[in-house]
Amino acid sequence: MGSSRSSLRRVPDGQQLLQETGCEPERWFCLGLRSEDLEAELSENPIGDRIVGAFFQPGQETVDFPSFVRVLAHFRPTEKNRTRDGVQPEPANSRNRKLKFAFQLYDQDRDGKISRTELLQVLREMLGLQVTEEQLQSIAERAIQEADLDRDDAICFDKFRKSLEKVDIDHKMSVRFLE
Amino acid sequence: MRTNSGVICMIFVLFLCCTTGKCKLEETKPTNSVSLDTVKPHPNDIGEPQPYPEEEQGKLPVFTMNYSRIQIPFEFTLWVLLASFSKIGFHIYQKITIWIPESCLLIGIGLIVGGIMYSVKEEPPAVLSSDVFFLYMLLPIVLDNGYFMPTRPFFENVGTVLWYAVVGALWNSIGIGLSLFAICQFEVFDLQDINLQENLLFASIISAVDPVAVLNVFEDVGVNEQIYIVIFGEGLFSDAVTVVLYSMFAFLANMPAIDSIDVFLGVARFFVVGIGGVLFGLLFGFMAAFTSRFTSRVQEIEPLFVFMFSYLAYLVAELFAISSVMAIIICAITMKYYVEENVSQRSCTTIRHVVKMLATISETLIFFFLGVVTITTVHEWNWAYILFTLLFAFLWRGLGILVLTQIINPFRTIQFNLKDQFGLAYGGLRGAICFALVFTLGDTINRRNLFVTASVSFAKVFYIKIRRTNKDLNTINVEIHTRTMEHLLCGIDDLCGQWGHYTGKTSRDSFKMFNDRFLRRILLRDRKAESSIVSMYKKLELQNAIELLDTTMGDISAAPSLLSLQDEKKEASRPKKKFKATDIRKMHDILSKNMYRIRQRTTAFTSKYSLPDDSQTREILIRRHASIRRSLRAENFREQPAQNISKSLRYYSLQPGGNLDSALPLRRRSHAIPEVDRLRSSGVSPRSSSRSLIPMSKLNTIEEKRSPVEASVASTHPLEPSSTEDHLDEVFTGSRVRGRRAPVPAARRRGQNRVDEDEDENISESQGEERHLPPRGWAPENRDLGANEAGNSLLRPSSLRSQRSWRT
Repeated sequence: MGSSRSSLRRVPDGQQLLQETGCEPERWFCLGLRSEDLEAELSENPIGDRIVGAFFQPGQETVDFPSFVRVLAHFRPTEKNRTRDGVQPEPANSRNRKLKFAFQLYDQDRDGKISRTELLQVLREMLGLQVTEEQLQSIAERAIQEADLDRDDAICFDKFRKSLEKVDIDHKMSVRFLE
Repeated sequence: MRTNSGVICMIFVLFLCCTTGKCKLEETKPTNSVSLDTVKPHPNDIGEPQPYPEEEQGKLPVFTMNYSRIQIPFEFTLWVLLASFSKIGFHIYQKITIWIPESCLLIGIGLIVGGIMYSVKEEPPAVLSSDVFFLYMLLPIVLDNGYFMPTRPFFENVGTVLWYAVVGALWNSIGIGLSLFAICQFEVFDLQDINLQENLLFASIISAVDPVAVLNVFEDVGVNEQIYIVIFGEGLFSDAVTVVLYSMFAFLANMPAIDSIDVFLGVARFFVVGIGGVLFGLLFGFMAAFTSRFTSRVQEIEPLFVFMFSYLAYLVAELFAISSVMAIIICAITMKYYVEENVSQRSCTTIRHVVKMLATISETLIFFFLGVVTITTVHEWNWAYILFTLLFAFLWRGLGILVLTQIINPFRTIQFNLKDQFGLAYGGLRGAICFALVFTLGDTINRRNLFVTASVSFAKVFYIKIRRTNKDLNTINVEIHTRTMEHLLCGIDDLCGQWGHYTGKTSRDSFKMFNDRFLRRILLRDRKAESSIVSMYKKLELQNAIELLDTTMGDISAAPSLLSLQDEKKEASRPKKKFKATDIRKMHDILSKNMYRIRQRTTAFTSKYSLPDDSQTREILIRRHASIRRSLRAENFREQPAQNISKSLRYYSLQPGGNLDSALPLRRRSHAIPEVDRLRSSGVSPRSSSRSLIPMSKLNTIEEKRSPVEASVASTHPLEPSSTEDHLDEVFTGSRVRGRRAPVPAARRRGQNRVDEDEDENISESQGEERHLPPRGWAPENRDLGANEAGNSLLRPSSLRSQRSWRT
């Protein structure tokens, strides 16, 4: 723990970050991302730019280290045995927060709802070029119909969460590295 | 109708096979007489036609048949054709394959043919002797498995794989052997004479995992990647274990007594086998990679090296009786990485195709012969033994998996639940290899036939496909969102992968360093490590250029977006549709077929029989190319002049004052130089088709001071580009693009038209940088709107540059 203590000192707000994210300090230090490799892989990802965008707060052009860590903290595997006391803020890697992160990928304008156009955009990015526009429209229509109960033609976060209640979010959104 | 023709073909070929078999018996006589005739040609009668050689002795035979000469290759070809036709038949008549896996069907056809042959008292071709099997048939399958193996998940899970393979095989074989031996003690079953060693031998054969069969069983079931990797790896490693156990028990079966020293020798032998296999594989892999470095002049034989070196690895491993399967796998993995970088694109494709083809042929043949030989060999059917074999195999395997999983789960992040374990247990059960191995048991073992029978029935039983348990249709939402999350996770994983390089010294990092520093220099053709994105981008551009020259104007991918633009306007007015069940099912189909798969994780196992497909990567890249260009263009105009911009950007022109809602003729995104020159010469302004993707609100550029002069020029001649000027794009923003970032990869080129040559140097300078584009809020621009009502401003980028520098 001695090394981690010293590394904690090196990072501003280190203690607070540790509490917030639960990540070990040794894992924090990255020496810059090699841009070519990063793009090589992320570029093949259909929602790659959304992912990168999710790291930036709206209106900011840079991301500082704590924000980066905070975002990545969403992807820690959920600890099942963690005792939750009400005083502690919800841990970053809880199921709710993970879902919120995924929700924000869709909801680019941060209005709390996935509108039809946003859904269409994501669908367009994720589906191949052979899908016609009518098909896309119907798929989006159906998706909204399934989830939209208050008839406002958008999916709010609660609906989103409810529709995914059977899915093992923890499995799908955890990265082993971040333990 | 196609099914009928397929069936007819099959019957025809069946008939052919049988008749050639029969003909062989009848043709010995005429063959002999014909050959006699040909030996003594008669000089007098050369010119005369001789329809019946037997009648007129000494005439030159015009029409001869010499079957015995071609017999072996001919029959072999017919067998292969027959098996392939049945494969075609299965695919045409798709309904069968839903219920019965293809391997079972092949065995069934083999059974039929074997029955036919048996009834005419014909011997099956001695193709399934152990030599042929091991030397020729097993090799392509294993090579295929190794070549297309997803290496990264494999190496991540190597600990688990080894654990299951080694310990599991030991557990299973000993367990099954002992329990069978216990059964044999009962006098009821009349199995007294099988002693312990023989039982253990049999058990070791039964218990190892078969790489051939595993993938067949799991082909259609939506299987977890982890399970796949573990079973896959287990199949490979267990070969090493099996070899050791087999030879150990075979040796022991001949020995009267067992010493404890033999056990230690066995363990030592295991290490020799395993590590030796790896070493030989590495050796031959590096040799192949090194050779491929020099083959740039002889590209036609490049695939040959791949195959020959793998074959060598296999044979040398067999020579030393070490695990040949492991040797090939390691060789293939090593080779693939370096060879695919050295070798030309065509050779790469050829290698992949040939590997797949050979593997498919071998597999088909193996199953086919399994069926044939079943009928034609002598069987000894002892119910008890066979049933108990099945029972114990299942039992021990299940127990083994449970126990092993319990032990190893704490060490894994993604743990195996019960369903996974069942999959593991089931998928690992036996197949064709065990059959062949049993075949090779020496005749010294009494109950060889019994073993054969047992293994055959064993193999059959476990080819029954796993029914899909959860057939319930997910909601569309779940499907979309889970796929999004998978992509997200993949992306985050990549990000973290970059982290992982520098934070911890994992073995992967050290390997990567070693790789980059030494191996790549030695084994690769061109020294500099080219970024993969640059090379892929080059390929894309080339292909785009070629496509441009081929096709007419009209952009396929932009058409949907234009439609969507119009549709979105009508969106509010559309009533809510009711979706029928068929519609929903169709939607699921569309989603499952067209959603981009996650990179690297599913290319290997979504379909075993097809090649990995990189067209989706291409599509994704094209799209991102377009969207980045779009947003870059948008964002470049948002930059305040105060910011120091050293890069110049190329711009597109637009129809000034053009009505964006009207149907615009869509131009192709011009990527390549020839296209632009063509456009320039034709005097048409190249318009961005991707412009239509963003809902529009016109905004103007920053530099409006200079614009009035040019703007007036522009407004009078909206369609003519000034040939000396570059054109600035109109900026389009949409509320949706707010906050969105285009990560600017260093290698991406911005803008399309190469109008000015001097800009290119600047572009190439900027390629080394990584930029974070500021997503300025779109609100500030609105105030420019009032001041700059002139519309387009056409400015030279060079003047823009000078302006900016002037301003700053």
